[in-house]
Amino acid sequence: MAILEVTHIGKHFGKTNVLKDVSFSMEEGTALAIIGSSGSGKTTLLRCLNFLETPDCGQICVNGETLFDAGKSEKDKDEELRKKRLHFGMVFQSFNLFPQYTALENVTLAERLLAQERADFKQNKKAILEEIDAHGKELLARMGLAERMDHYPHQLSGGQQQRVAIARALALKPDILCFDEPTSALDPELTGEVLKVIRSLAEQKTTMIIVTHEMAFARDVADQVIFMDDGVIVEQGDPHEVIDHPKEERTKQFLTRYAQG
Amino acid sequence: MFWTVTQSLLGGLATTFEIFILTLIFALPLGLVLAFGLLSRFRPLRSLVQVLVWIIRGTPLMLQLIIIFYGPGLWLGRTIWSGNEAGRITATVVAFVINYACYFSVIFRGGIEGVPAGQREAGQVLGMTKRQIFFKITLLQMIKRVVPPMSNEIITLVKDTSLARIIAAYELTFAGAAFMKSDGLTWPLFYTGVFYLVFVGLLTLLFNYIERRLDYFK
Repeated sequence: MAILEVTHIGKHFGKTNVLKDVSFSMEEGTALAIIGSSGSGKTTLLRCLNFLETPDCGQICVNGETLFDAGKSEKDKDEELRKKRLHFGMVFQSFNLFPQYTALENVTLAERLLAQERADFKQNKKAILEEIDAHGKELLARMGLAERMDHYPHQLSGGQQQRVAIARALALKPDILCFDEPTSALDPELTGEVLKVIRSLAEQKTTMIIVTHEMAFARDVADQVIFMDDGVIVEQGDPHEVIDHPKEERTKQFLTRYAQG
Repeated sequence: MFWTVTQSLLGGLATTFEIFILTLIFALPLGLVLAFGLLSRFRPLRSLVQVLVWIIRGTPLMLQLIIIFYGPGLWLGRTIWSGNEAGRITATVVAFVINYACYFSVIFRGGIEGVPAGQREAGQVLGMTKRQIFFKITLLQMIKRVVPPMSNEIITLVKDTSLARIIAAYELTFAGAAFMKSDGLTWPLFYTGVFYLVFVGLLTLLFNYIERRLDYFK
């Protein structure tokens, strides 16, 4: 069964239709890359999955559970929306780390807050918090940031900040991890370290959706590629097929422009 | 004489300080509540707060103080403030709290809006509640942004307390000016100025300290 099933998602801002009847599905443990030019709707699609935007129509199902159905008239209460968001993790283009917290605190903050809702929190407070701290440290170590845990975001390079952001998104063990152009805000010499981390996550069979402009990376890492243009999915399939032997005219144009660009 | 003046000014300073600190204690949280009103997506509420802020910022604090002190007596036929010093200070604090909360609310609104939307979104995708996002993420970043404009307002507040003499509250300026009337002395006026300068000087040090304490993040 597909871990994620998106059907007939549409979204408009004012008069612009940003997403038009977008449907796709993906299997657990695979990586999906979404490519396309700016304004093609890639980011909006990710934001819909994370409930940062509400689609006008369509459905989103995770593990067979319908998280979103535009046909249902009643709106979700804040509390339910909050739970649904936890199925997805999100890594932003501009990192969005919390500046007043250290790298480790950034990673553990949400988990600490969630732990407060546990029935046994008061009795086992110390043990629970220690466990969360240990988990955060382990995640940062996996990101190669064992030495940087107590640094504040402004003391870290862009690549390091983005790796902290990845650890933060992983901390809540989301079903699907989303990346919104994770290397676009980085200096070229810093993109490598972030791509390396994402690559190793793919090797560990993390379910991921990656919106990216790094074509070579998408081809190497993704199990499936979607090319979007003007709010629709133009072509999707095996990365080597889509990127090296595109069938659709629009995909060809985009990739040629890209190669020249 | 110097000692008599000093004692008298210290008495006035106590009242000035009382008005100052009580105004802060109540106007800071009220200002934050009004800031949420200014940021509300519920139009009627937002408009209501906007009109309130317009009226309060658009009229003199002294006029507001006179209305609040004398108004109830004239409208209700009996004053709600007791006729003694405590009653006058209470009326002053009420007027000041309303006035300063309005100024603070505009500063707070700017501070909250200045925190990038990505911060809130990052909290949302991590499953935080609105309350958690405000208190754990937005608040401290807002405070860092509002310290410089707030220090201006708070220093103005120190000197605005002198307006309380219009309803005969015995504050610092009242105390200093009294010697001019009774003994024809002008030097207590300058001495009074020194009291204000020291008060504001200490506040400035405090604000510098807060700014330095918040320097650890950007």
